[in-house]
Amino acid sequence: MSDITVTPLGAGQDVGRSCLLVQIGGKHIMLDCGMHMGYNDDRRFPDFSYVAGTTLDDVTGTGNPNGALTDHIDAVIISHFHLDHCGALPFMTEMIGYNGPIYMTHPTKAIAPILLEDMRRVAVEKKGEVNFFTSAMIKECMKKVIAVNLHQIVKVGEDIELKAYYAGHVLGAAMFQVKVGNQSFVYTGDYNMTPDRHLGAAWIDKCRPDLLISESTYATTIRDSKRCRERDFLKKVHDCVDKGGKVLIPVFALGRAQELCILLETYWERMNLKVPIYFSMGLTEKANNYYKMFITWTNEKIRKTFVERNMFEFKHISGFDRSYIQNPGPIVVFATPGMLHAGLSLQIFEEWCTNELNMIIMPGYCVAGTVGHKILNGTRKIEFKKGKPVEVKMSVQYMSFSAHADAKGIMQLISYCEPRNVMLVHGEAAKMEFLKQKIKQEHGVECYMPANGETATIPCPITIPATVSARLMDTEAEAYAQRPPDPKRSRLLHGVLVMQDNQLRLMGAEEACEDLGIPRHTIRFTSTTNLSDAGPLEATQKRVEDLMRRSLSSMEYEVQVVEGEISIANSSVLMKVEQNEDDDGIKDIMVSWANQDEALGSTLLNLVQNMAQ
Amino acid sequence: MKLICLSGCPNKPCYILKFKGLTLMLDCGLDMGSALNFMPVPLVHSQKLQQLGNYHPKDGQDPAIEMELKEANVLNHVFVDSVPEFAAPDLTMVDMAEVDCILISNYSNMLALPYITEETGFKGMIFLTEPTLHFGRLFMEETIEYIARSTKGQSARRWKDLHQTLPHPLCESVNPQAWRTIYNREMMESCLSKVQLVGYSEKMDVFGLLEVSPVSSGYRLGSSNWIISSEFERIAYVSGTSTLTTHPCPMEQAPLRNMNCVILTALTQTPQTNPDPMIGEFCKTVIETTRQGGNVLVPCYPSGIVYDLFECLAGQMDINSLSTIPMFFVSPVADSSLAYSNIMAEWLSATKQNRVYLPDEPFPHGNLAKSGRLKSFRSLHDENFSTEYRQPCIMFCGHPSLRFGDAIHFIELWGSNPNNTIVFTEPSFNHALALAPFQPLLMKAVHCPIDTSLNFGQSKKLIRDLKPGCLVVPEIYTHPPAATPNRSDLKMETDIPKYTLSRYETITLPIKTKFESINIDPKLASALRPVEIRPGLAIATITGNLIAKNNKFELLAIEDKPIEIPQKRKRDSRGLIASSLSTSSTPLIPIKSRKPAEYLYGKLNVKEFVQKLSAIGIQDARVEELSKGCSIINLESEDTLIQVEESQTHILSHDETAKDKDLNRQRIRDLLLGCLNKF
Repeated sequence: MSDITVTPLGAGQDVGRSCLLVQIGGKHIMLDCGMHMGYNDDRRFPDFSYVAGTTLDDVTGTGNPNGALTDHIDAVIISHFHLDHCGALPFMTEMIGYNGPIYMTHPTKAIAPILLEDMRRVAVEKKGEVNFFTSAMIKECMKKVIAVNLHQIVKVGEDIELKAYYAGHVLGAAMFQVKVGNQSFVYTGDYNMTPDRHLGAAWIDKCRPDLLISESTYATTIRDSKRCRERDFLKKVHDCVDKGGKVLIPVFALGRAQELCILLETYWERMNLKVPIYFSMGLTEKANNYYKMFITWTNEKIRKTFVERNMFEFKHISGFDRSYIQNPGPIVVFATPGMLHAGLSLQIFEEWCTNELNMIIMPGYCVAGTVGHKILNGTRKIEFKKGKPVEVKMSVQYMSFSAHADAKGIMQLISYCEPRNVMLVHGEAAKMEFLKQKIKQEHGVECYMPANGETATIPCPITIPATVSARLMDTEAEAYAQRPPDPKRSRLLHGVLVMQDNQLRLMGAEEACEDLGIPRHTIRFTSTTNLSDAGPLEATQKRVEDLMRRSLSSMEYEVQVVEGEISIANSSVLMKVEQNEDDDGIKDIMVSWANQDEALGSTLLNLVQNMAQ
Repeated sequence: MKLICLSGCPNKPCYILKFKGLTLMLDCGLDMGSALNFMPVPLVHSQKLQQLGNYHPKDGQDPAIEMELKEANVLNHVFVDSVPEFAAPDLTMVDMAEVDCILISNYSNMLALPYITEETGFKGMIFLTEPTLHFGRLFMEETIEYIARSTKGQSARRWKDLHQTLPHPLCESVNPQAWRTIYNREMMESCLSKVQLVGYSEKMDVFGLLEVSPVSSGYRLGSSNWIISSEFERIAYVSGTSTLTTHPCPMEQAPLRNMNCVILTALTQTPQTNPDPMIGEFCKTVIETTRQGGNVLVPCYPSGIVYDLFECLAGQMDINSLSTIPMFFVSPVADSSLAYSNIMAEWLSATKQNRVYLPDEPFPHGNLAKSGRLKSFRSLHDENFSTEYRQPCIMFCGHPSLRFGDAIHFIELWGSNPNNTIVFTEPSFNHALALAPFQPLLMKAVHCPIDTSLNFGQSKKLIRDLKPGCLVVPEIYTHPPAATPNRSDLKMETDIPKYTLSRYETITLPIKTKFESINIDPKLASALRPVEIRPGLAIATITGNLIAKNNKFELLAIEDKPIEIPQKRKRDSRGLIASSLSTSSTPLIPIKSRKPAEYLYGKLNVKEFVQKLSAIGIQDARVEELSKGCSIINLESEDTLIQVEESQTHILSHDETAKDKDLNRQRIRDLLLGCLNKF
């Protein structure tokens, strides 16, 4: 119950197919449900049979009405619309079966189905895959989605609370804080700690979660200044088109594409260039429309100026048509998908790659297995069709424009939210290992990096919540003269803990007895000791009083004297020195206390008896 | 818990709530109704308004007020010829430096904020939603710009001292001495830079003592009711709420249940009419007027109901084949208002929200603007306005008070033609009074006030559903409106405890903190020895070390450390400070023993006790029963007397020689404890 466990079904020491299972306070949360772009077989989807604890072959595709996974997962959270974070969602909900709630931000809810549909079309219509989810399934799946606003606290059932924070990475990307009882964790999804041309920087408050699960794509990179990268990018594009070359920039339809469009648009404007820039597919306009509609999710500058000029209305960039591939002359094309694994970008690449005048700029990360990954790793011969390798002559450039946090950013986020433990996912093992050591050193917190299928257990401190009666607190505060509780000085709170109806109530003893109808029984001791002392009564009284003050001084007892009677504040102890009725040379010292003050009473009696001897 | 009312207008509220040692301000509305006492501020020199005669002071009145006041042509009304002034909350009753935070329910209830943030010692937090900030800013900007167009200098003050002796409407103004001219742009910017944005259902912590959280109130974009809660007490501030379906996100009712107290204010200003027929009336009037070639003037605010008017009207115009008649929207912030409304999808009704997923703009006014049917302008002096302007047309422009803004120009331009119509839709201004300085007018005036906030029927139903512990309403809501004294249905009645207050009144509400929450250290908890008193009830005596962090309590196990007695630092021969180890000693009584370890309950069985005494060799116990349950046990050999009563036992011992060192007493004590129940 007290520990948080995390099992990556994807993204454990790996990039692509993000999918984490978290158990917190007895609740099960799935974080992201992505697909792997580098695989075309079963491995592209997370292994959902792990979730149900049984093999799921028998239910796949049969449309189990109750949902095979509904009982095993309390909520699914999708961090952003990239397919490696949401690509397996319709498969899971409609083909495996999950009817529970799914949470994502409004822009993610708006854009994810479009990317899913796009991917489905490529997979089914272009590659001819069977047993893939259908358009209707995507629609059904999206009906289960509950859109959340930033910072809104959403309750899932009685016990789970979610809160989204701005993550910057793409439009609508969010980090999620999940709270169950006293425990909480934060899942970052993909995030970016530096604002760019169209998005702001990720932000989180000092929420001190028990666990921070952070992506670590750029675990060891400290990226050079953005300005340099942008200048470099623009120079390369400009040089290439000056020489009459064609520039291909494979991108995801939404995200970096808009960032680079804004960049090129402003450069073209400034340099007064006329070379045409195209953006592939009918998605362009639609995609940019989403940006216009969700302008509140972009950065401050764009939000401030949008009334006068909407940054997503481009003058120099127009829609691309397949027939333009063969057009002569320089041209710049943004084409999807970003990793060159299928679709238009791959087709254009195939046509243009044999000409050394041309250039391809890979602005983001490519997962293993994709053509993008291959050419970035220096492969110069690509087999587009079996047995017919083609030589790549065009210049291949990699420019990191992925909006991920670098090592510095990750460390910064840790300082922001002050987690008790950190877990790294969505990165490469060797790089994670390096960052893990650094986190341990600099932040002094435990750091985990489970592999896929491996469960990490994060111990959490147990706390026992109770209610305390305001009356008891008031009495206690008065006893300590309203001094606020301070960790350096012990301030005792004493009462009785009432355990009833699964509730813990801390009350004063008398209050509790009154409330619960328990007949108290008090025992009082009154012991009288004879002291041989012939002096005046007042002198003896003073002696006793001094003795009390001296002995009790270090223990925060307050000695009070009223008309010769000594009492100790906030206790039942009373003392009296009187003249013995029979003998003038003897004084009677009476000490009286109730049983609950036995320690104090008997100590004082002892002091008096020692004095008498 | 104390509540103070600082505003005289329940629809522009301002309250101070004192609870748990914190001071919260609820809303900070600026009552603009006072503007009606002033002469309109025309854009250009207005001959007609200029022609109005000065007021003739009566005997005994300060003759200097003649220059300050103008007499209207009808109704014997007198208006102040000076820059319009507004009634901000009266702050004389509170020290603003003590206010910890301000909660804003919607953009029309925040317009007095700059007076507070820029002119008082207020240093607290201001919480509001993102649309509230954007549209609040637009309202402020618009008013500042309208007033800035005025050429009038110093504001008139003399009349205020004798306003009660002056004709209508001045005689009815309350405390005009406190009225303020509008703040400037710098104050506004500085003020708005100090606010903190909050999302619906987001919980904001106020010094660990209270949590405040806004929930949708369905009235305007981003409008919210506030839940003010501690771990055990919950108070709802329900201000400006609508249960009707218009463009904003619908009102959330569920989070408002189980409140100890609901403070309800800003109910409808038009209890006699319902919004739906009024919108119908509005469209009908516009269609009839334009069909006959007349122009329609709609004085309006730059945001709010006006979006619904655009939408409804465009639809009705289409049906009536009047689509070619242009709609103009003139305000310094018209463009911003139209643009912002279309990027606030998260704050809109589900229907509007779903359009964004397509992606389409949530409001049709974007498309109306693109197709040229709705044209927006900053002011009449916009370059393009004169080229675009054609008649007949429908003119939406500010300000609904008709004391400033472009509307004044159109009243003068169109006022003498009976084919034209002015339609009042904003409920917060008396339309007859608004028109008084312009009289005589030939243009038709139609009054169809649209106020979507709760009416009395809806309020009563809401309170019945929410079942709060008690209800606070402005005093004015407890009797029918002055205009309809016999409509007993138009007042607030409930069967739960109800408290009322009016301007400058303070009330104390019976909400007291009974419990706090505390976390108990598992180490401390595991050492407890619970005793089962009866089935399902166990009690353990507990003593712990109380720690408080950010007002959250924690109870830790006590560790008995030796007391350190610091010694004075000595310099050794080399002059270095030798930090001599402080000597420590064990305290006389360990900390753990300073509080009771257990409590006793039940009755003492005397017989059993005496038997036990004899078992340890005390044979001479003499028991004397005084009355039922009361006896005295005399132990002569021990020099001890034991008085036993129903709920207490008293052991009196006398030790003349002090030589047995209390051993006998402790033996007797152990026996006694063995005979009683304890926890």
